[in-house]
Amino acid sequence: MAADSRVDVGDKPRRPAGGADACVSGAPSRPLLAVESLTKHFPLKGGLLNRTTAVVQAVDRVSFDVRTGETLGIVGESGCGKSTTARLLMHLIAPDSGSIVFDGLVVGAAEGGLGLRDLHRQMQMVFQDSFASLNPRLPVAMSIAFGPFVHGLAKPAALKRASELLEAVGLDPLLYANRYPHELSGGQRQRINIARALALEPRIVILDEAVSALDKSVEAQVLNLLVDLKAQLDLTYVFISHDLNVVRYISDRVMVMYLGKVLELGPVDRLYRDPQHPYTQALLSAMPSMDPRRRTVQAPLSGDPPNPISPPSGCRFRTRCPYAEGVCATMPPALLSPPDDKLRAVACHMLVPGSGHSRAAVEINA
Amino acid sequence: MANAAILPADPAIALQRARQGKSYWRRVWERLRDDKVTLAVIGVLVMLLIMVVFAPWFTVHDPYTGSVLRRLKPVGTPGHWLGTDEVGRDLWSRMVYGGRLSLLAGVVPVFLALLIGGFLGVLAGYAGGLLNSAVMRLTDVLYAFPSILLAIAITGILGAGLQNTILALTISFIPPVIRISESVTTQVRHLDFVEAARASGARPLTIMRYHILNNVLGPILVYATSLISICIILAAGLSFLGLGVTPPSAEWGLMLNNLRQALWVSPLVAALPGAMIFITSMCFNLMSDGLRQAMDVRL
Repeated sequence: MAADSRVDVGDKPRRPAGGADACVSGAPSRPLLAVESLTKHFPLKGGLLNRTTAVVQAVDRVSFDVRTGETLGIVGESGCGKSTTARLLMHLIAPDSGSIVFDGLVVGAAEGGLGLRDLHRQMQMVFQDSFASLNPRLPVAMSIAFGPFVHGLAKPAALKRASELLEAVGLDPLLYANRYPHELSGGQRQRINIARALALEPRIVILDEAVSALDKSVEAQVLNLLVDLKAQLDLTYVFISHDLNVVRYISDRVMVMYLGKVLELGPVDRLYRDPQHPYTQALLSAMPSMDPRRRTVQAPLSGDPPNPISPPSGCRFRTRCPYAEGVCATMPPALLSPPDDKLRAVACHMLVPGSGHSRAAVEINA
Repeated sequence: MANAAILPADPAIALQRARQGKSYWRRVWERLRDDKVTLAVIGVLVMLLIMVVFAPWFTVHDPYTGSVLRRLKPVGTPGHWLGTDEVGRDLWSRMVYGGRLSLLAGVVPVFLALLIGGFLGVLAGYAGGLLNSAVMRLTDVLYAFPSILLAIAITGILGAGLQNTILALTISFIPPVIRISESVTTQVRHLDFVEAARASGARPLTIMRYHILNNVLGPILVYATSLISICIILAAGLSFLGLGVTPPSAEWGLMLNNLRQALWVSPLVAALPGAMIFITSMCFNLMSDGLRQAMDVRL
């Protein structure tokens, strides 16, 4: 693993208070989770001898940090690698290359690293499909109690823990503990899923489209529950969604993904106010406006993203980018901070002086 | 559910009921309760089982002693209400005692195949990858032979007899059970709740026990019940060919073979063991259909 340089064994407190504030003020805080050039390519098998005929580049050299106490939002169109990133973080699928460092420990490393069982105690996930993610043959309390039970708690104690968690997510354990998933509504089921994720007292929770399948009113309730739980339990969230409004509401920082690459990463206010990457600009202008005078007349982007099997050379967004030039096809842009804004990172040649893009020099000199 | 609308007037009872939650098996039972055909068929099978187990209570004559004087008496003969067979043995006694071996040879192989094949299939389905390929390709090899041919070949090598019949039938039923359990498990394995269980750090065997097994057992059991009727017919077929149970044991297939020569003399008597095979396998078939429908509960 190439991330040893990032391993930090400083004796800072485990849970510095006000991680979110630290993020806003720009103070350096040690990342709870450091991801370094994470890559997952899915081979497509075919032909006579089951040979690999093509490769889907689901996640390609993605690097980012998650700071203690913050909520990192990940947005992007479907198929951009958001969910694969979540599964890679949880080690539900093994990455091809790259490293994940959790609280100073390399995940899955043979020596001095963090074992998967320990990782799963500290990192949990809520899935999008509230029904498919609960065992239909188990009462919900059993589903919640399963994690603690697996980690050595006796069954009665695990069930007691489950009923405490039910209370914590706003469901009366007397009424709901022995129900089956099909007897609950979508919002109630997602509360159960949240309770299940919290059962091991994790420090970070990955929410993979956790509210996307819910009705708007229920979605708001569940979002508020998530915010409350985060404050109560000092949690850190990675919040994956395609809903830009929800991400804006809940996130401290936002990461924009496109075809398995990170295009832009920055504090939520600044990123929404002043998007730097052309894709982020297009994405944000596609948000429905509440103000009829600012109605979007023209679709900012047309067509679908290119096939991730053979993504465009250089910058992956260039096929749909209005500013694409020759340099974009030849060289992939690196994720760099613009000179005037250290908190952000953008992967675009236009923002790099001397990159060869005609707009780059002009914008920097102006 | 139709009766879900009827709420108990007493709120305390309503609360109690809400607390309990309705398990899947409870809903299956509720649906089964309304299915008169399946209930009747299960009743017939239970009656058959009782008669076979307590055979001495239901018969007067010994099934093995015959008399040359009473050969091939027709149905309705006083003292022998189902008549007698080709060596003068009471047919009713032989039918009841014959059920013992027929049911044994029909149920035991399926049960054994369910244990072995179910274990291998669920394991292969959950593990996937190389283990799955190995198990499934081996299954394909056995699958290449029709089960009756496979059973005939095995008993042909091992020789006739009840034990060998059971062994042969078990081996020929393992492949279909593996295939069904593998495909059901593969479907369940990719569901999010299995991922969630893996994400909680559980080991594969724990996940299989608490999350896979309770989701695949129903379909596998239903399939196994449908195999019982085939197994009874196959066992009877082996006996008919002289590869199964050996005379003078009473077994429906063997009786059918022996009475075959008397088909022109007393057709009704000769057809009776066949009728028993038909009724029993029909009942198992209908029961499996009923179970399948009852378990197809929309959750």
